[in-house]
Amino acid sequence: MNVRAKIIMSISALALLLLFVTPLWRITLEAPQYPDGVTMYIWINKITGDTPHTLQNINILNHYVGMKYIEPDSIPELKYFPFIIGAMSLLGLVVAWIGKRSLVLTWLIILVVLCGLGLYDFYLWEYDYGHNLDPKAPIKVPGMSYQPPLFGSKMLLNFKADSYPYWGGLWLGLSIILAALSWYLAGVFKKTK
Amino acid sequence: MKNTFSILLSFIFLIFLAACGNSGDKKDSGMMNTGDAAQKVYVAPGEYDEFYAFMSGGFSGQISVYGLPSGRLLKVIPVFSQDAEKGYGYNEETKPMLNTSYGFVPWDDAHHPELSQTDGVPDGRWIFINGNNTPRIARVDLTTFETTEIIEIPNSGGNHSSPFITENSEYVVAGTRFSVPFPQKDVPIDSYKENFKGALTYIKADEPGNMDVSFQILVPGYDYDLAHSGKGKSHGWTFFTTYNTEESHTLKEVNASQNDKDFIAAVNWKKAEEYLEQGKGKKMPSDYIHNYYDEETHTATSTEKKEVTVLIPSECPGLIYYLPTPKSPHGVDVDPTGEYIVGNGKLSADLTVHSFSKMLTAIENEEFEGEVDGIPILKLDAVSAGTVSSGGLGPLHTEFDGKGNAYTTFFISSEVVKWKLGTWEVLDRAPCYYSVGHLMIPGGDSKSPWGKYLVALNKITKDRYLPTGPEMNHSAQLYDISGDKMELILDFPTIGEPHYAQAIPADIVMENSKKIYPIEENKHPHAVKNEKDVRVERDGNVVRVYLTSIRSHFNPDNIEGIKVGDKVYFHLTNLEQDWDTPHGLSIMGARNAELLVMPGQTETLVWEPQKAGIYPFYCTDFCSALHQEMQGYIRVSPKGADVPIKWSLDGEE
Repeated sequence: MNVRAKIIMSISALALLLLFVTPLWRITLEAPQYPDGVTMYIWINKITGDTPHTLQNINILNHYVGMKYIEPDSIPELKYFPFIIGAMSLLGLVVAWIGKRSLVLTWLIILVVLCGLGLYDFYLWEYDYGHNLDPKAPIKVPGMSYQPPLFGSKMLLNFKADSYPYWGGLWLGLSIILAALSWYLAGVFKKTK
Repeated sequence: MKNTFSILLSFIFLIFLAACGNSGDKKDSGMMNTGDAAQKVYVAPGEYDEFYAFMSGGFSGQISVYGLPSGRLLKVIPVFSQDAEKGYGYNEETKPMLNTSYGFVPWDDAHHPELSQTDGVPDGRWIFINGNNTPRIARVDLTTFETTEIIEIPNSGGNHSSPFITENSEYVVAGTRFSVPFPQKDVPIDSYKENFKGALTYIKADEPGNMDVSFQILVPGYDYDLAHSGKGKSHGWTFFTTYNTEESHTLKEVNASQNDKDFIAAVNWKKAEEYLEQGKGKKMPSDYIHNYYDEETHTATSTEKKEVTVLIPSECPGLIYYLPTPKSPHGVDVDPTGEYIVGNGKLSADLTVHSFSKMLTAIENEEFEGEVDGIPILKLDAVSAGTVSSGGLGPLHTEFDGKGNAYTTFFISSEVVKWKLGTWEVLDRAPCYYSVGHLMIPGGDSKSPWGKYLVALNKITKDRYLPTGPEMNHSAQLYDISGDKMELILDFPTIGEPHYAQAIPADIVMENSKKIYPIEENKHPHAVKNEKDVRVERDGNVVRVYLTSIRSHFNPDNIEGIKVGDKVYFHLTNLEQDWDTPHGLSIMGARNAELLVMPGQTETLVWEPQKAGIYPFYCTDFCSALHQEMQGYIRVSPKGADVPIKWSLDGEE
């Protein structure tokens, strides 16, 4: 691999670390009686809101339909995802240092698979929160699930739920694109040689 | 006799004027030009008003907050009166706010709201207001719109010329309306002239929690009516109007209206500070109380004070001068430049305007026409800047638009007159549909008024709304003053008698408005910040219930083991951290009021159960879809019963 491909691969690996700086995903609830909306951010290692008390307020809203409290401490993924990302970043740097094109591809495939698994896992959590409601819940709407969309907008009673990747999602995408670019450039270089 | 004649003449003149007016411009003034006016005051759903207006609630003891130009009532802030709606003055935390040296006084007569200022411009941090009856001054914090401080004024009988603030909120002032013996003592009332004295009081106001009587000035036993502190070039001075320079003590409507001229007292408070530094202040014993509500403990405390520092004019030359002013002057208003001091002789037809710079020259040249108790009386000719002869009668108050114009209310002729500073010519006049008292222009008594609107506030109202029995609501009228002519654009009802008002652009106040009290900053000694910590504790016959509220339940909601003869303290912490989610608490038979607890706050309700039985309690503020379910039961057993203390939620103890 040439130096340019190695540098790009290194940037790709380091880009993953930005996931610790910005949230991955954003879910916003909008309703007429909430003029500012209620916004929740999902990070690689935590869940936050647009105010320090957003999560408490979402939980208060959700308890009427019997949804479990969202307690970041009880979500194991938030504990081990940071290690996976850290390890992938480190591994990516090693790959860049070794400079073998096939390793770049392997790393890239692992990252894409991990992303896919992460999304699937996220979907399962959403499904669980939206469907496994407390049978003693005060409000029951027949046939109603409160699962926010994985990607896009959906009306949940009077709330419009928007769920979209946030900056962290972009860094992840950037990392994938850069790794692919590195792999491509390494190939081009080989051919011209 | 001559005066009576001139008043009569003015009346005749007025009737003539009114007749002229009626023939010509009834349509413009009496009926609003509705389409245009409606558009000017219309604030669409979801939009905000341009100004906050703070109006005194008069004898309701409160401040009401309105949006301008819509005239919509936004909030009533309890200040000197108990307010069952909010539990103010009923819960244990705010009861101390109403302490005085006479004990608990749950009412006052609130007259003049006054916004804090920085460099002579309202800054939106606080609003002060005087209690006229049992002399007090309160501070309202404009991040929470709650009363956080009240100080009592000693040696005063009625705190009327108050709290007119100095340019950088150094002081608020308090001139006594009724002179009384200083210090108080038991004397015959007809010994007024020997024994009665006035007090002008300066209160440190620049630091929350630290309001204190900085000094008092012992002045002759007149009635001190209104005031304004100087600004710009007259910064460092305060001007107080006086009446009853006759020093009469009975049938004042006649006996205090004899002198052709009364005074405006000009006090040099910077000089007072120098005298205090030189040790000229005399310590005098006096009793007064300072109350402060601490936002971290959510609790008010009262402190007794035992002494004041008094300055005596005869020992402090240059401290105070009298400006002769016809006739029983009521309002005294200083124009935005600080040069003109407008005295409104309420029994005269004219306004007397004094010049600050001429006053300084006259003092330097000692152009005095006499002296009272060591206070020089300046010659009127030497200080007068001019007279506004308007043809109206009973001028009361003047405010300014910042464009060189002044606006004065006339009580007897019920109108607002616009005139020009410097030339003293009358530019416009607009009728009021009731007897008008104060008027207010946003920032109109400051260095830079936002001169777009004018609000005229009623004294006696008649016939503007649907009748509501013998008493009609009080009222305000809003004028657009952005053009050459004043245009009446809105009538709206107000609470109490809206003596005076202040207004400020909304965005100055809005951005600092608090939405919640962060629960982690709650330092109330009986706060419960977690549902796990709720409990009921007995200590002798004192029972403390550590209760929490969150949508839509109290924890605990079943309480047993309380007995007749107990004194039960319900310490309720609202665990919510979302804007506008207070929870209420009320208990059947409790002999006070509900609690209304803001998110993150703790408040305490005391209950002394009288009879054994089961007592429901519930949330009073509609908090969610399951608000009606937010309720609980307390079991009260007879005195001496052996039912143990027990509490639970959902059967879990």
